[in-house]
Amino acid sequence: MALDIQNIRAQFPALHQEVNGKPLVYFDNGATSQKPQMVIDAITKYYSEENSNIHRGVHFLSQQATNKYEAAREATRRFINADSIEEIIITRGTTEAINLVASCLSKSLFKAGDEILISAIEHHSNIVPWQMACEQTGAILKVIPVLDSGELDMNAFKNILSEKTKLLAVNHISNALGTINPIEEMIALAHAKGALVLIDGAQAVPHTKVDVQALNADFYCFSAHKMYGPTGIGILHGKKEILEKIPPYHGGGEMIKEVTFEGSTYNDLPYKFEGGTPNIAGGIGLEAAIRFMEEVGVENIAKQEADLLAYATQKLAEVGGIRIVGEAKNKAGLVSFLIDGIHPFDAGTILDKLGIAIRTGHHCAQPVMARFNIPGTMRASFAVYNTKEEIDIFIAGINRVKIMFG
Amino acid sequence: MTIQEIQEEIIDEFNMFDDWMQKYDYLIELSKDLPAINESLKVDDNLIRGCQSKVWLHASKNDDKISFTADSDAIITKGIVALLVRVFDGQKAKDILENELYFIDTIGLKEHLSMTRSNGLVSMIKQMKFYAIAFSS
Repeated sequence: MALDIQNIRAQFPALHQEVNGKPLVYFDNGATSQKPQMVIDAITKYYSEENSNIHRGVHFLSQQATNKYEAAREATRRFINADSIEEIIITRGTTEAINLVASCLSKSLFKAGDEILISAIEHHSNIVPWQMACEQTGAILKVIPVLDSGELDMNAFKNILSEKTKLLAVNHISNALGTINPIEEMIALAHAKGALVLIDGAQAVPHTKVDVQALNADFYCFSAHKMYGPTGIGILHGKKEILEKIPPYHGGGEMIKEVTFEGSTYNDLPYKFEGGTPNIAGGIGLEAAIRFMEEVGVENIAKQEADLLAYATQKLAEVGGIRIVGEAKNKAGLVSFLIDGIHPFDAGTILDKLGIAIRTGHHCAQPVMARFNIPGTMRASFAVYNTKEEIDIFIAGINRVKIMFG
Repeated sequence: MTIQEIQEEIIDEFNMFDDWMQKYDYLIELSKDLPAINESLKVDDNLIRGCQSKVWLHASKNDDKISFTADSDAIITKGIVALLVRVFDGQKAKDILENELYFIDTIGLKEHLSMTRSNGLVSMIKQMKFYAIAFSS
């Protein structure tokens, strides 16, 4: 069934505005997506009528807020097909989820000489927490190289992987290049060596159906704000038997059963990892975002974005003098590119004047830019509400940039 | 010319333009006219690292006046760098420290001095003033 994109666009108030006197073309969805009215309404309603602290009040509002927040956990469980809500840890986002795992494994698993394996196309948030874990424990960081195509070097991966590898941490989809990594195969290979696997799914969950049981990673994390939900809320999915074994992260209220000055006992999953009053409105917004994605259909979203990627790639090729960075066969709805002889900052500045929002720079993935020997790229990243007409406006903008700086 | 007079002159030049396109075309022109910084001065010590574009700035003192040379890897940034050099080059340290820079705001390029632009220009202005402090002591 073809999507009614105009009907979808009508649900996103932020799309209907002018920037610098031009209708907004929003192609920075890889950084964060816009929010549909149902998400905005859910958050507004919570603060207007339902605000209360959760999990600790016998009164009506507290019970109601608790039910709504826990409904987000259940919606997430269903959305990613997790086995139970005990496996759904609500965090501030992907970055906090990765830091949680890095911190807790540093306290319980990593020893000097162990190896932590990441890839050359990770976001800084899936590099730095592991560097910190290595500093604390004496573990060694190893890096899977990337081929010129933007695909991971799977032969090198198989060679680096060994019994010393305690954890593999890679992204499902690269934010800088759009590469969809063969994580099913990588997870199976890592497990065969006895390693745990964490998948950074921040760029995947908004665009593709994720089934955590089928993938079988030990940890899978993502952020609400890239999937039409609010900022400051995200998910860590972890296998129950592993989450039970590792120590808690933040100490505080919510995460304990009993506290005395002699010691405390920790709460059951998932609350053991959720110290302090959480982002309740964020959780309620996430639930609405999941409802939005389910109503549109994740497969429909993926198809629309694949169509946009194919169209944009073809149109950019027609412009001429464009270098696309990241040409993996299996690629998600974003295109990272350079215009010959033109600095991304200059191009991005002129496109902004034309009402076109793209990302320029290193995309928080400086090692990727170093690998391809470039200062940064321009990145157009698509969401379900984008159209081919917007790509035409974007291409006209690129042509104008070429004339100005040519 | 004084710093104030140069700023007024730049504002007059930009007043001739009807729209942003002409302004940016002019910045591109200015970037081409900026005397290129000596390659030997494009070293890390003179580098102001923006998140998006890089700026190189070098200063020297001739009698009681300060000379600036600068460059950028992005053309729009380089155009604004050319304007900043034009305003401060050959001025006395005291004047550089005492005069307010208002022309960027007036000619409608204020956005280039915002946090998110991260083009190194804010740090460049700071660095020019630091040179003025260093050379006046």
